[in-house]
Amino acid sequence: MATPQQPTWDIENFDDWSSADFPLGMTGVETGNGQYYRTGGWRSIRPVWDKEACKDCMLCWINCPDSAIDVEDGKMTGINLDHCKGCGVCVKECRFDALKMVSEHDIAKEA
Amino acid sequence: MAKAEQKTTAATGNAFVAEAYRQVAPDVVCAYPITPQTTIVEEFAKFVAKGKVHTEFVAVESEHSSMSASIGASAAGARTMTATSSQGLAYMWEELHIASGLRLPIIMTNTNRAISAPINIHCDHSDVMGARDTGWVILFAENAQEAYDHTIMSVRIAEENSLPVMPTLDGFITTHSIARAEVLDDESVANFVGEFTPEHAMLAEGKPVTVGGFASLGNAYLEVKKAEREAIDASADSILAIGKEFEELTGRPYAHIEGYGMEDAETAIIILGSSAGNARAVAREMRAEGKKVGVIKIRTYRPFPSKEIAEMVKGCKAIAVLDRAESFGAPAGPLALDTMSALYENNVMVPLRPYIYGLGGADVRLDLIRSVYDDLDKAAAGEPSPGLVYLGAH
Repeated sequence: MATPQQPTWDIENFDDWSSADFPLGMTGVETGNGQYYRTGGWRSIRPVWDKEACKDCMLCWINCPDSAIDVEDGKMTGINLDHCKGCGVCVKECRFDALKMVSEHDIAKEA
Repeated sequence: MAKAEQKTTAATGNAFVAEAYRQVAPDVVCAYPITPQTTIVEEFAKFVAKGKVHTEFVAVESEHSSMSASIGASAAGARTMTATSSQGLAYMWEELHIASGLRLPIIMTNTNRAISAPINIHCDHSDVMGARDTGWVILFAENAQEAYDHTIMSVRIAEENSLPVMPTLDGFITTHSIARAEVLDDESVANFVGEFTPEHAMLAEGKPVTVGGFASLGNAYLEVKKAEREAIDASADSILAIGKEFEELTGRPYAHIEGYGMEDAETAIIILGSSAGNARAVAREMRAEGKKVGVIKIRTYRPFPSKEIAEMVKGCKAIAVLDRAESFGAPAGPLALDTMSALYENNVMVPLRPYIYGLGGADVRLDLIRSVYDDLDKAAAGEPSPGLVYLGAH
């Protein structure tokens, strides 16, 4: 996945905004900025990818509800753990045993 | 603004409202039928079918959907109008908050009707009072003329304040009775309402936005709600400015509240909607008998004109507030509660007697109104209040 561009909408001091600082009705005046919001912290298990077993069939990519399968030029390149919530849909869909779920707890212990 | 040519015609209140919709010519109308609102949408649908107005008319399957579709249309950048009543308004409750929270200038006529159970299709204010805390500007019309005028003014009020507006008229009494009203020419209405140019729109070319932000972390929700409060408070002055402009166009003045006999009234009745006429008829009679009585009719209900009411009643010896809706378990009906707060806030301590009247279209007889003024004489003489009175009930 390409490195996200910084948003042009400056929300740096969001926590200090007053009623006058918010756009009308809390409208997001920029689209596509969900990528800057890291939701991966919700995860308790994570998919681990076996590059050798992977056939780049894209079943995981098309089914991932968080667009967390990174792909370049039609080939899978990895998993975006900033956005993967650990739902396991990719593992369920994979026909080639190229993905498995591993407990975050075990990974933390190994590290 | 020069005074426009106007045509005096006779029609039902709903027909005048439908005519105003046609003249405003909104981009989108999404509606579902409910008595006594139905004929507004029926008439308007005929205008669309005959090509007399080029509005995208969306016939939806419920009021929940009509407000949802209206929110979508308005967020996309379309001038959006709809109409409802009673159970329909109640069914929209969650969307009413969404419309105001997103600051969408939707205009929705409500034809005031009782809420079930028991089922009743006639006039009272139980439906609209359920929406009083939802962040909508709410206007009450006494008659067909005001219903027509408020509909046109509401477009400007909504769009200049980025707030949804609910102009209301009383079910059957105003919606279905044939009345006389002056109607503007199409061009004057088009010029008065102007073009809708939203600050943000989901379909704005080259500058799309995201609507429906998430605010569950930190204090964002608190700040955004504060902005909404500031907007509805500030709309009071804007409503008067728009009313002034409308007066220049039509010769019909607009004020948040209208007093009758209030220059010297010792006792007064505060009331909303069509029954203001009944109260005025009794007051006129009693004033001819030499009694110093008055009536205050409220046109802008939200934002509540606290200062104006306190100022107008401060010379009175006793006042009555007549509510056509309940607030079960509270000391009085919603309008009386608002009035009590307004007086306390402005340090005006006048004895106040709360009444409930006309629920489900119960008759609002002139002798009942007269009995209220008689009660107020006793209140003025220092007799303690019996508390909430159901006017005309056994």
